Amino acid sequence: MKTDSPFLELAGDAPRVRVWFDGQPLDLPAGANLAAALLAAGVQVFRHTPVSGAPRAPFCMMGACFECLVEVGGRVQQACMLDVEEGMRIARPHEAEADHAEL
Amino acid sequence: MEADYAVIGGGVVGLSVAWGLLRRGKRVTVLDGDDGSFRASRGNFGLVWVQSKGMKQPRYASWSQQSAAAWAGFAAELEDGTGRSVGLQQNGGYDLHFSEETLYATVAQYDALKDKLGGNYPYEVLGRNALSREEPHIGPKVAGAILHHQDGHANPLRLLVSLADDVRRLGGTVLNGKTVTGVSKPDAFKVQCSDGTTVTAAKVVLSAGLGAMELGPKLGFKAPVRPQRGQVLITEKLPKLINRPSLIARQVDEGGIQIGATNEEVGLDDSVTQPGLSGLAAEAIAAYPALARAQLVRSWGALRILSPDGLPIYQESPEMPGAYLVTCHSGITLAAAHALFLPDWLEGTAAAPDLEVFSEDRFPVS
Repeated sequence: MKTDSPFLELAGDAPRVRVWFDGQPLDLPAGANLAAALLAAGVQVFRHTPVSGAPRAPFCMMGACFECLVEVGGRVQQACMLDVEEGMRIARPHEAEADHAEL
Repeated sequence: MEADYAVIGGGVVGLSVAWGLLRRGKRVTVLDGDDGSFRASRGNFGLVWVQSKGMKQPRYASWSQQSAAAWAGFAAELEDGTGRSVGLQQNGGYDLHFSEETLYATVAQYDALKDKLGGNYPYEVLGRNALSREEPHIGPKVAGAILHHQDGHANPLRLLVSLADDVRRLGGTVLNGKTVTGVSKPDAFKVQCSDGTTVTAAKVVLSAGLGAMELGPKLGFKAPVRPQRGQVLITEKLPKLINRPSLIARQVDEGGIQIGATNEEVGLDDSVTQPGLSGLAAEAIAAYPALARAQLVRSWGALRILSPDGLPIYQESPEMPGAYLVTCHSGITLAAAHALFLPDWLEGTAAAPDLEVFSEDRFPVS
C-alpha cells in the first residue's frame, strides 16, 4: 500500500515491523498506536458500517466512539486502543464472510 | 395563567401526554428533571410490546393493543414534524423458550387471554425448525418461541428526542433541570420548584416516574410505585443477525444488539453488577450462539417504575381535582395511547377511553 497520507508521522527511532491490513503488507513503527500508524500509512477506510455500508475511519482516537473498529486475531477491536505488533493481521470487520453467516 | 396543563416529568410518558395535548391546541408547560434524576426513558429496552401483558387483566392487554395499533400513525406524525425516524418496526416479536414445558404453559395462558379478548390475540407457536427458518442464528438450546404479530420495537432514544423537539415545535414549553418541590391549589395550580421557579396551570399531570413516590402523596395520590432495576448490554454494530425482537435480545435499527434485562428489587440503585451482566450475556449466547464473538460496547442499569400489580395508574386526585397521576412500566409501548387517547380522558370528553380498572381504587389504603 503506498504511503499517500494527509497525516505526518513524527520522527522516531522505533523499528519498523511488518503487519498486514486487508491482505496488504505495511511496515509500521513497533509499539505505535495502531489507529495513528494506519492513518499515517495511508489507510483511509478502516471499515464499512454493517447497516448502510458507509466508510468509517478513526474519529475520537481515545476509545469512546468505536468508529475505528478493525478485526485483529478474529476479534473486532478499536484500533486506537491497540499497539502495533509484529505480524499483526488486520482486517476490516465482518467483510471476510461472504454471507455474514458467522460474526 | 401560563398554561392549560403543567406536566411534571419530561420523559417519554410526560412528553407523549404533552404532545397529545398540544396538538389539540392546549398550552402546555413540561417540567423536566435534572441529570441526577432516574430516567427510565434513557435506559429502557425499546419494545412496543403486547404479548404477556395483562394476563390477569385483559383491559391492560387491550390498552396495550390499542397503543400498538396506533403506533405507526403516531410515529409517522412525529417523523413529519421532526424529519427524524424513530426506528419503528412492527413485524412481530418472540417469547423465546428453552423448554417445551414452559413454552406450552405460556401458550395455555395466552389461549385463556385470547378468549377474554374476543379472539384478537394473533400469535403462533414456532417449534425449533420453524423458528430456525425465521431466525437462522437461533441456537440449539432454544426449544421454540411464541411469535406474536402485534409486537415490535422502536428506537427509544430517538423517540425521546423527537418528542422533546416536537413538543417545542408545537409551541409547548419544556423547562429542564427542575426539581418540583410542591404543588398548591389556591385557585389555579401552582407548581413550585427548588430553584424558585413557579408555573401556574389549570390542570396538572404527574408523570414523573419514580418521582411520584415523593410527589404523589403531596397531590393526594397513593402512588404506590417502586423501582425495579434492569441491566442491559449493547454490542458493537453488526450485520443482520436477529430479525425479530424478544425480551432476550433485539437488533436495533442502527445495527447494535441490545441484550436485556435483569429484574432486580434493589431500591434506588441503578448500577451494573458483574453477575447481572454475565447472566444476561450467557442467556443471550444460549439464544444466539454467534453473539459469543460479538464485542460489547456499553452496559447500564436503569430503574423500571412498577405498581404493585404491574399495571399503569391513571387517577385524578380526590384531594386536588384537576391533578392527574399518569404512570406505567411500559412508557414506550403506551406512548401512542398516551399521545392520542389520554388527552380525551384528561379533558373528560365523550371519546375518553375507559381507564376505570387503572384507578388507584384497586390499592388498599396505606
